Amino acid sequence: MIAQNIDKKTVLTWLEEVMDPEVPVLSVVDLGIVRDIKIINEDLELVITPTYSGCPAMDMITAQIRMAMAGRGFKSVKITQTLQPAWTTDWMSEAGRNKLKAYGIAPPQPKQTVCEPDLFQKEEAIQCPHCGSWHTRRLSEFGSTACKALYQCQDCQEPFDYFKCH
Amino acid sequence: MDYQKEIETRGHLSNRSTDQLINFLLQLADNSLIIGHRNSEWCGHGPVLEQDIALTNIALDQIGQARYLYQYISRLVNDQPARLPFAFSQETVTEDTLAYFRDTRQFYNCLLAEQPNGDWAQTILRQFLFSAFQYPLYVALQKSNDRELAAIAEKAAKEVAYHLRWSGEWVIRLGDGTEESHQRLMHAFDELWMYTGELFQPTVSETEMTKEGVAADLEAIKRQWSEKVESVFAEANLPLSHARNDADMVFQKGGKVGKHSEHLGFILAEMQFVQRAYPGCEW
Repeated sequence: MIAQNIDKKTVLTWLEEVMDPEVPVLSVVDLGIVRDIKIINEDLELVITPTYSGCPAMDMITAQIRMAMAGRGFKSVKITQTLQPAWTTDWMSEAGRNKLKAYGIAPPQPKQTVCEPDLFQKEEAIQCPHCGSWHTRRLSEFGSTACKALYQCQDCQEPFDYFKCH
Repeated sequence: MDYQKEIETRGHLSNRSTDQLINFLLQLADNSLIIGHRNSEWCGHGPVLEQDIALTNIALDQIGQARYLYQYISRLVNDQPARLPFAFSQETVTEDTLAYFRDTRQFYNCLLAEQPNGDWAQTILRQFLFSAFQYPLYVALQKSNDRELAAIAEKAAKEVAYHLRWSGEWVIRLGDGTEESHQRLMHAFDELWMYTGELFQPTVSETEMTKEGVAADLEAIKRQWSEKVESVFAEANLPLSHARNDADMVFQKGGKVGKHSEHLGFILAEMQFVQRAYPGCEW
């Protein structure tokens, strides 16, 4: 394929195959971190935005995007990071949310539940991704990765990760 | 952010002000790096697994915030006529050289950030006093007219909200818990309170950057900090007379201008050893 014939949509389908190494069912497109795709002559420029400040997956994601774009016919691939506007879980696609749930991770709640600093707030009602029960409790608001909190279902007793709002 | 845009948005700053901007950014970055490093010392030593993970997550957020700030500082120094406020031993300024090749006098973190972990109560209280400061600060900095700083602050504020909630709940749990947990928290208070005054004493760069609309007014931050600290202390049964008696209290200061307690040297010795012994090594 020659670069002139490649459109943004095609690039997007390639990017849909690049998975988050920590949550391997979510692509970078599902996550909403691809902010811009520019094809200038035979050069590709991608703008991505980081999720959490300390997310160690970002460097690997960048490397994986580079790999996925290699050999596609571009003379050069440039990947830049932008911090603004700041990424939010609101940008996660509907498909992404469904994939998370199927994988056993409760997807992020709507925006109004973004963390406020008030103490001992009423816990958010998070649905168990395994049995669908709303009868769950938070074990810890910090989980196995920066983006997750740890919950347990009171009905099926299974612990599960909740992709918390950001 | 696009480099050209960066220059445009900061076009109104003189060279001298850009130097002050770097100074101010170093304060923010060093605060995050040093308290982040302190918290990382708990990794594998937390009282229970969930809390060990919580502190490690907090450390990760803080070190991540420091990285963005150091990367921004590096761009300013490398691409523009801006200088670090000291003679730097390294040819290139990067996030790594800034973290690994500066000596204590070239770090501008507050003294609170570098205080030892002590017991769980001391670590918790240090985090609470610090997060109660950092949260309103980052919320205010979202409105900074330096757009890159505003973007970093927007991300950081969401993360620090979790730190503040977590540490505040723990202060109450310990203060209002058993006799021993209360005693330990009181002890932590005596160890740490003297380092809180410095947070609100503006440096030259903070004053100048506040005038430029880049930094936040520390008086306003102090009001929010005091309100938070007083309400949490009241719930934790910590005597407020302690906290209110500021007139008689001798506050320690100096960290923000590079004069540190002995603790920072030990932190750097551990944090920087590998890069000092094997400069530029990667693994």
